[in-house]
Amino acid sequence: MSEKVLMKGNEALAEAAIMAGCRHYFGYPITPQTEVAAYLAKRMPQIGGTFLQAESEIAAINMVIGVASAGKRVMTSSSSPGISLKSEGLSYLAGCDLPALVINVQRGGPGLGGIQPSQSDYFHATRGAGHGDFHMLVLAPSSVQEMASLVFKGFDLADKYRMTTMILADGTIGQMMEPVSLDMGEVREYDKPWAVTGTRGERKHNIVNSLSLLPEELEQWNIKRYERYAQIEKTETMYESFMADDADIVVVAFGVAARVARNAILAAREKGIKAGLIRPITLWPFPKAALKEAAKHAKAFVSVELSMGQMIEDVELAIRCSRPVLLCSRVGGMIPTPEEVLAKIEEADKTGGAE
Amino acid sequence: MTTNILISGFGGQGVLFTGKFLAYEGLLENKEVTWLPSYGPEMRGGTCNCSVIISDTPIGSPLAPYPDVLIAMNLPSLDKFENDIVPGGMVFYDSSLIERGVARTDIRAFPIPATKMANDAGFATLANMIVMGKMLKETNMFPAETIDKTLAKVVSARKQNLLELNKTAIRLGYEL
Repeated sequence: MSEKVLMKGNEALAEAAIMAGCRHYFGYPITPQTEVAAYLAKRMPQIGGTFLQAESEIAAINMVIGVASAGKRVMTSSSSPGISLKSEGLSYLAGCDLPALVINVQRGGPGLGGIQPSQSDYFHATRGAGHGDFHMLVLAPSSVQEMASLVFKGFDLADKYRMTTMILADGTIGQMMEPVSLDMGEVREYDKPWAVTGTRGERKHNIVNSLSLLPEELEQWNIKRYERYAQIEKTETMYESFMADDADIVVVAFGVAARVARNAILAAREKGIKAGLIRPITLWPFPKAALKEAAKHAKAFVSVELSMGQMIEDVELAIRCSRPVLLCSRVGGMIPTPEEVLAKIEEADKTGGAE
Repeated sequence: MTTNILISGFGGQGVLFTGKFLAYEGLLENKEVTWLPSYGPEMRGGTCNCSVIISDTPIGSPLAPYPDVLIAMNLPSLDKFENDIVPGGMVFYDSSLIERGVARTDIRAFPIPATKMANDAGFATLANMIVMGKMLKETNMFPAETIDKTLAKVVSARKQNLLELNKTAIRLGYEL
């Protein structure tokens, strides 16, 4: 079982969903995540699951709401423009406190944009996935192995907190192949006494709903939800630290950008610059405490992103703007080179980040 | 030690498969490996490529913009990537389809009449594996005896009839 196989990120993700007990998938094709649907179209019928290509992304997310209401593990996947279409459903999932897994294998935007990798849906995932006060758990895989393991973990977190988990991947991690072990461990089962499963005339019926016309009641729903969020921020934050313990220059990057940053950090160390990486694995909750701690010894930070600068705001917030934060970014489907990241690290080292 | 390999050619020439074979060689030899395809609006007859990185240490970026080894299966690939090869690097190319030579003098060039060889041997679609055979020999990247085991792994169950042909094609290149 622990034998490693070569798989595409999108395929490893899909197989991990099955291993996590997901038997219902609804989607609509879009590059660069189509392999997720293609893989599940093949696998779901073999194991008695449901694969359904919906007539649109909006239909797919509403089917997800239906299955989630029945207490079953369910997933949909798309890429940036398709995720925009799902936004209404994401808000309803939050309003109904339903667990679900939503995959975004990001491509360049806005609008139809392009089909090459991007991370420019960071704001959408961490801030504005839909209307109203809510968060999703946002996990950012940086390898094919994590495409699998974070899907497995994501389903567990979704059930545990009755929330949507979003896997915020990018085209590179979705399309690349790497060795992956599909040894995922045991699936934890959660009681779902709220699920709409039929009463058999033996209990009062459940209602899954996001509507309350009583402001006093709706306020309490929101407050309770945010108490849960506060708990999650305390206990579920995940990040990886690479050579960051003594770093003068702390690079912050996730997904494919973190992999490029890793090359640059090794190159910087060879030049005698103490650079290190903090890689958020959860984008929400963001690893604020780790960055605040790093600010005690770092003289500057560098945020490496495939966006015009979105996560950089969370970096600045986390360290309360106590150190300069430089941005190293490429957009539109471009990926920064290790040399570009190294140049930014050197600039930060020389100037201390001061403009 | 990290080796960046870029494999490029027409869609349908087995470019992605060649890369997958190489990545599996690495995996079965306990190396760190990544395989990244170009995924533009590719189609049969258009050009496509994939980057394979094989390393003794964890791999950061999966992109290989400056390959140590280029495999070029058609002229547009050689035109596009010849100048990106690192000095001292190698290029293996299908000289039955690419009529020009390699302009650079700071890299080692290996012209292989692969498409002609494949046609003569009766398996026109396996020119890619002939080039791969030559590449494995010249780079000495993996022991020769690993090849058959890896092929058994990457040739899908549906296409087992092609297993022996693939072995033959690689051997043709290896013995050049």
